[in-house]
Amino acid sequence: MSFSIETYDLTRIFKSKQSGKINIVKALDNVNLKVSKGELFGLLGPNGAGKTTLIKILCTLLFPTSGKAYVNGYDILKETSKIREIINVASGGETPGYGILTVKENLWFFSQLYGIPNKIAKERINELLEIVDLKDKANERLNKLSSGMKQKLNIARSLINDPQILFLDEPTLGLDVISAHQIREYIKFWIKEKENRTVFLTTHYMAEAEELCDRVAIINEGKIVACDTPENLKKMVSKGSSFEIEIAYINDEKINLLKSLKGIIALSFNHKIDKNLTIIKIVVENESIISDVISMILNLKSKVISLKKIEPTLETVFMSLVGKGLEND
Amino acid sequence: MIRSLIRNLKAVYGRVYVRIVGGNRYLHEIFADAFLPLLNLSAYVFVYKAMNAPQDLASFVIIGGVMVTFWLNVLWSMGAQLYWEKEMGNLEVFLLAPISRMAILFGMAIGGMINTSLRALATLILGLYIFNVNFNITNPILVFIIFILTLIALYALGMLFSSLFLLFGREAWHSANLLQEPIYFLSGIYFPIKYFPFWLQVIASLIPLTIGLDAMRKLIIYGHDFIDIQLHFFLLISLSIILLILAKFSLNYMEKIAKKEGRLTLKWI
Repeated sequence: MSFSIETYDLTRIFKSKQSGKINIVKALDNVNLKVSKGELFGLLGPNGAGKTTLIKILCTLLFPTSGKAYVNGYDILKETSKIREIINVASGGETPGYGILTVKENLWFFSQLYGIPNKIAKERINELLEIVDLKDKANERLNKLSSGMKQKLNIARSLINDPQILFLDEPTLGLDVISAHQIREYIKFWIKEKENRTVFLTTHYMAEAEELCDRVAIINEGKIVACDTPENLKKMVSKGSSFEIEIAYINDEKINLLKSLKGIIALSFNHKIDKNLTIIKIVVENESIISDVISMILNLKSKVISLKKIEPTLETVFMSLVGKGLEND
Repeated sequence: MIRSLIRNLKAVYGRVYVRIVGGNRYLHEIFADAFLPLLNLSAYVFVYKAMNAPQDLASFVIIGGVMVTFWLNVLWSMGAQLYWEKEMGNLEVFLLAPISRMAILFGMAIGGMINTSLRALATLILGLYIFNVNFNITNPILVFIIFILTLIALYALGMLFSSLFLLFGREAWHSANLLQEPIYFLSGIYFPIKYFPFWLQVIASLIPLTIGLDAMRKLIIYGHDFIDIQLHFFLLISLSIILLILAKFSLNYMEKIAKKEGRLTLKWI
């Protein structure tokens, strides 16, 4: 079987000086991954887990400290030009381009970096603008676009060279619900449009990974803690039970007391200050423990607004494996 | 090989387009670039007139005033450009593309030369008209060749600055500011450097603008021919080659550091 991406014990260490002291950060710790051709592969992890570092190494923008990696069989250290011809990247929150140029002019410029003939470039630009719903803005200057539109333009830019392997680093970051949905739908369409296209997607949106990816790797503190299909990952935590409890607001200190209860595998929380609520997601060893949780909530002078059992999701998988929720890193 | 060459040429053309279209989209900027150098230039012409200095000095100042527009373009739009590209998120896109990084710098340089030449021409025509200056050119082709050689050497210096500013400059504009006035002074833009001590003249002659200006003034004001400026000619060619090699070397070094330390592509480094 041929792979689009292979990594073997890939490790990256950053050293920086802070007030005279050398600070060492292990961004990637012996990462071993294999992504097949035609696969939509997701890398899920909290901020600082090493997702962007891994993408930068695979895209030949960063050296690994040790280990090996291959993109379409090409060595990332020795065959950079061959890799660059067949890949592209879109990072959420980045808006490359020149504010003074129009949307169309910017895309044309990026097409020239890949030597695309003018006629083909123009046809592809029109097609891409239609896909990302920016046709009306084709002659608008980049600096007049909203951040959502700029992100769509960034996605269009990443497709300008018709890459075989597309790296998407948080592609829907900062997009409104409708735009994010459009982008996700297009990614699904794009990968199936031609044979052997591969997408390597990083995200911290669980639902996005679940909706899009054939397989998902969960990364935490530079280590891959699990890698399988979303369904198999959910089966991994089927022995525990997951609940969502809506309670009157309690502070983080009290939540830590809750976490210390015996039988709790993982707990994540989200405050809704405007409604004076705290929403807790909890994975417990068995359902009987939930009564202890409720008692403790009442002892902490809060009250339970609602309680429901939830089906395992990637979020509960993540919580079970890492011990915390993505939003509580 | 040929495919790679075509791709690189297209990248050069693309970056030239960005510079030319981007640089001419705002009319007020064209006006400012063409007319504002006249103010500085006029101040020197009036000072020389008040001192009853020879008429040659007005021509001397006009040529310096025209060439200074190129120096400012090299400093702010070449030297500082990779820094701005990084800030805009474009540097990563360039590093990701299957092209030589020199193609981007060549594109910036050629676009900058074309844009600035149009503005410099406006400054030249207005300067000649306002101060009623006559030139004494005997070999216009040689003037053109020296002008082009000066630009090549000057923009090669800009290409070198662009990666050095990015790697070692705290902020690009600090590095540009640091170099602006010393080069004004050393290049003899508004006065003859023959009044400098010898050692300072030697230092000044390492700057392409000084050599180019001296050669052009000899050809344009005093009607000299190739024999009088052959040393300038060879120095400009040598400087162009050396600076282009250094630019390529420093760009490769910049990319290596970027990959090794991640400080040009990762925001938290």
